[in-house]
Amino acid sequence: MGDKIQIKKSAEQYDVIVVGSGAGGGMAGYVLANAGIKVLMLEAGPFFDPAKQSKQMQWPYESPRRGASTTRAFGDFDAAYGGWQIEGQPYTTKDKTEFSWFRAQMLGGRTNHWGRISLRMGPEDFQPTDGLTDRWPITYDEVKPFYDKVDKMIGVYGTNEGLRNEPDGIFLTPPKPRLNEIFIKNGAAKAGVKVIPGRGSVLTEALPGNKDRGACFYCGQCGRSCKVYGDFSASSCLVIPAIKTGNLKVITNAMVRQVLTGKEGQATGVSYVDKTDGQEYQLNAKIVILGASTGESARILLNSKSAQHPGGLANNSGVVGKYLHDSTGASLGGFLPQLMDRKRYNEDGVGSVHIYSPWWLDNKNLDFSRGYHIEYGGGMRMPNYGFGAGTPKMNGLVPDRDGKTKNSGGFGASLKDDYRRFYGTQVSMAGRGTAIARKENYCEIDPSVVDKFGIPVLRFNYTWSNEEVNQAKHMQETFQSVMHEMGAVITTKIPGADTSYGLEAPGKIIHEVGTIRMGDDPKTSALNKWCQAHDCKNLFVVDAAPFVQQGDKNATWTILALSMRTTEYILEQRKKQNI
Amino acid sequence: MNRRQSLKALSISTLGVGLLVESCKTSTKQVDVSNVDTAVGLEEFEVERLKQLYAQPAFFNAHEKSTMVVLADLIIPKDKVSGGASEAKVVDFIEFIVKDIPTHQLPMRGGLKWLDLHCLNTYEKTFVDCTSAQQIEVLEQIAYPGKTKPELQQGEVFFSRMRDLVGTGFYTSEIGINDLGYVGNVPNIWEGVPKDVLKQYNLSEV
Repeated sequence: MGDKIQIKKSAEQYDVIVVGSGAGGGMAGYVLANAGIKVLMLEAGPFFDPAKQSKQMQWPYESPRRGASTTRAFGDFDAAYGGWQIEGQPYTTKDKTEFSWFRAQMLGGRTNHWGRISLRMGPEDFQPTDGLTDRWPITYDEVKPFYDKVDKMIGVYGTNEGLRNEPDGIFLTPPKPRLNEIFIKNGAAKAGVKVIPGRGSVLTEALPGNKDRGACFYCGQCGRSCKVYGDFSASSCLVIPAIKTGNLKVITNAMVRQVLTGKEGQATGVSYVDKTDGQEYQLNAKIVILGASTGESARILLNSKSAQHPGGLANNSGVVGKYLHDSTGASLGGFLPQLMDRKRYNEDGVGSVHIYSPWWLDNKNLDFSRGYHIEYGGGMRMPNYGFGAGTPKMNGLVPDRDGKTKNSGGFGASLKDDYRRFYGTQVSMAGRGTAIARKENYCEIDPSVVDKFGIPVLRFNYTWSNEEVNQAKHMQETFQSVMHEMGAVITTKIPGADTSYGLEAPGKIIHEVGTIRMGDDPKTSALNKWCQAHDCKNLFVVDAAPFVQQGDKNATWTILALSMRTTEYILEQRKKQNI
Repeated sequence: MNRRQSLKALSISTLGVGLLVESCKTSTKQVDVSNVDTAVGLEEFEVERLKQLYAQPAFFNAHEKSTMVVLADLIIPKDKVSGGASEAKVVDFIEFIVKDIPTHQLPMRGGLKWLDLHCLNTYEKTFVDCTSAQQIEVLEQIAYPGKTKPELQQGEVFFSRMRDLVGTGFYTSEIGINDLGYVGNVPNIWEGVPKDVLKQYNLSEV
């Protein structure tokens, strides 16, 4: 670095270049490589193999900061390289609006640390009937075969419930509920809230036909990534196996600047900066697939301006960057006094959810249009930075051994006794709901800011509407009612209207989607129903950017299914020599 | 791969990985966390940052340190189950964490000063030189948020921070983890809540 920059052009032409190695890019690379196509994958971060680099099974005292989140947003053991801010790679917000953007630059991207909650979107998520948001150009039935294939290929536990908008799948056995989860389930039932076994991409049993991945051994640490590949990460389950076919080559530390285009407007390759030597490289390919993430893929397209594509590539419609939407999120915490002095045993379980509440109500009777699901937590977890702060706040809320209620706080022998008494009593609930895709919420190129590579950065403009705020209010009412019915004591301050009922800022749930949406009409969408650009036939997008409107379902399983579907379409079109 | 094979793979995959092997060998003693070369899976900037933190001179002086040792053992004393906070080297953890999270520095330094000044004014001695009865008398006045006299409010805020850091430092140490009875972080098979526990709470298997 510091030397003169050169643009190094390669004469070689690849069949396909895939940008990004997360769920979308990883699946595309995997399907293509297994079909014998020579694929080049560009990843902005370093190589990451959970078998070698995971912090699984480390004890808190093996971290000098005891797992604190000083350098990693979700703590020292978490498997994400990156975070809410990355040095030298800023993003901005417009007019004091809020957006938090979580990036992981590493092989496998954010799938190394994600919660493994693997939900299909339902028929009504693809084809909403309330008129509030546009319908997808595809139906659940068109995506179902790909969800089925993803279930079988990657593995997901759950139960078939026959619910209207929470489709069944091909499930492995779910983990049984922990003690606090049985209390939650019983309390929720009294509050009229349905609780069913969780759905997560963790191998609770050996995956039929797969010899490379181990079965779960129940450490509950999926967020650290799994050394035996017992859960789904794109690194361990897609990219590394694809490399083994001999058909996929990965260039790491390659930050893509733009898609290059030819005279007819077609994609001819990409330009990227190699973070290790600071030089600029240009590569040629017959097909370019973007899987860089909802934010980064939009950024690449908007930065790929040319005479044929003056508003950025695939953006004749002007929608690229628009309709950005995250999930809503709000939470509440408490503890179960009846679990004080509980018996100790190992209840680590799996690192995804053991139980959850799918949306159970009809919005016709509510003041918001779409639903949410609830994820539950708590129990006898491994202590980490911050442990110990809770007990001195709880110990005055219930009678002591002698039946008298003391003041919260304290020190000495009785406090030490309380740490033991209250350990494992805590419960938490978090709602994850549908946020409405609106044109007014968008990302765009900041006209005056570039990152350290000279790449213009994203500027976000995002505000919540009453739809989301009213939903958060309903979540809080539900949480309180479940807490009450299960006999829990609420310990978090119950958020009111002044804080939008604890509604997290846009971006915080890390479910952002929608910036390069698909549709049948090229005037109102960037991609056709195969995630192929209307304006550039050899360009495809396989991350969550093509989503028209996500449901309350976490996006990853749909990214995987759609990426597989798009990639199979690419294989067909190549055979027909259409691209 | 079934579970037995996967556990075998786990032990094989850890062979080349310094810290994990280290952690297996040293399960009964503290891991030398200052040896950053063994920190697996860290990004370069994380390793650099750790090296810089370890190269810094001590933040707390000897008096501050001895004050914290006394405070820590008053907060979490030795009892019939386990040793006290000082035995778990809680003050060493606090020394590191104030460098790692510098926002702790001013409130900790100033809070320790506040405590000494309060003791000097009340007992004409610094906190460490007070009798244990006097030390306890001070803590009784600042250890119960919401019950503190307005003029001692700053003491309460300091003591709450100190108590949180001692709690973290102790219960994330091996002594503290064993004291709590956390028995996880080992390969196992989760088969649901044990039958005797279900019975204790009069619950049926779900």
